[in-house]
Amino acid sequence: MNPSPIVMTRKLHADVITDEVARLCMEANFDLGEDVLRALREALEKEESSIGKEILGLLMENAEIARTQRVPMCQDTGFAVVFLELGQDLSIVGGDLTEAINEGIRQGYREGYLRKSIVGHPFARVNTRDNTPAVIHTEIVPGDRLKITVAPKGGGSENMSTLAMLRPADGKEGVKRFVVRSVQEAGANACPPLVVGVGLGGTFEKAAYLSKKALIRRLGEGNTDPELHHLEEELLEEINNLGIGPLGFGGRVTALAVHIESYPCHITGLPVAVNLNCHAARHKEVTL
Amino acid sequence: MTTSIKLTPPLSDKDISDLRSGDRITISGVLYTARDAAHKRLVELLSKGEKLPFDLKGQIIYYVGPTPAKPGIVIGAAGPTTSYRMDPYTIPLLAGGLKGMIGKGHRSPEVKKAMEKYKAVYFAAVGGAGALLAKHITKSEIIAFEDLGPEAIRKIEVRNFPAIVVNDLYGNDLYEEGIKKYKR
Ligand code: SF4
Repeated sequence: MNPSPIVMTRKLHADVITDEVARLCMEANFDLGEDVLRALREALEKEESSIGKEILGLLMENAEIARTQRVPMCQDTGFAVVFLELGQDLSIVGGDLTEAINEGIRQGYREGYLRKSIVGHPFARVNTRDNTPAVIHTEIVPGDRLKITVAPKGGGSENMSTLAMLRPADGKEGVKRFVVRSVQEAGANACPPLVVGVGLGGTFEKAAYLSKKALIRRLGEGNTDPELHHLEEELLEEINNLGIGPLGFGGRVTALAVHIESYPCHITGLPVAVNLNCHAARHKEVTL
Repeated sequence: MTTSIKLTPPLSDKDISDLRSGDRITISGVLYTARDAAHKRLVELLSKGEKLPFDLKGQIIYYVGPTPAKPGIVIGAAGPTTSYRMDPYTIPLLAGGLKGMIGKGHRSPEVKKAMEKYKAVYFAAVGGAGALLAKHITKSEIIAFEDLGPEAIRKIEVRNFPAIVVNDLYGNDLYEEGIKKYKR
């Protein structure tokens, strides 16, 4: 006769998740964040090349058309990458969480007239026709809320992303060299000006995850660790000295921001991952 | 854009030899769209000696996979995709008479050499400006490989479609020039 303690769990219906994911897919593709627009305006002031300025102006005009006419800013409406922060005291009812998200992707990409860019198998390459499945990253956190961030990720910049397992002896300089070289090799392909996400430390997969997570940080918010924030600024300057410029036609602004996310690492290693995001740095979030 | 050269395909060797890396151009007339999967099929048809869904002579291929059109509009967002993925398929198309390609990003040394040999140029459109570029497209029709969805071949009509010459017949590359000028 063990009386079980009464635990009140907050409940969230899977249908709500589906509706919100669908909405976020559309918002992310139609409405470029105010932080990115501000960074583009600042870039316009810094840019010296006339074609670079012209391009930045066109990108802002493009964002305005997309927002007001509710059309995607870019034809590559991305792989739907979904970040979840799931409160441990929350209970999802009425359906399977993964399926609820994929159903949201399906609806959002259909209703928003977004492009379906996913093929079902890397070799057979037959389009799944609804942009599913999503790539879902879940962190379990205290509390009873669910935070969902939808970050559609375009292929042009994703394909130029890199990862290296450096030696501890390579140190900060080695990390800098690798990050700058990655941006240099991407050149015009990744649709600069870029947001550069750097994952530092952890294991092989953790570094890659962190580099993607770094991309959903608000532009203008530096790393809270002063040393890493300083490194972000140094990297931004070196990257902008590459001269690649807006869309690679030459200029002062190659990146809008560098974001580093770090994690402890093993005594033998220094993993570093570089996930590039184009100027269409899209992500929208909601907390339920 | 600043003063630009107006082009209407089909393009002649003379049209091509007049162009220089860095020139702004606007295109009016017909373009054909094709991406990776369509390129693969085009090259397969060529190697079997079969007829292509459109005549390559003098034409321009636009590397784009648009978003679906909302009801009442011609086409969804329609900006360029990254061109290097088409490099493995490009040379046979140039040999077949293709005169121009519109995309974004760098081409391989082999493709650049073949462009000089077959007298063709490579243009870049404004990468990521899919909503804006769609405004220059006045007609769109799928003419082949409908099963490829966004990768089907479309015949599109454009008006004053803006682009810039990256690789010309004289070995110039706008991307390399730009970096030289602004690197420090
Ligand atoms: S890299 Fe980004 S902006 Fe460029 S085409 Fe791809 S999704 Fe669009």
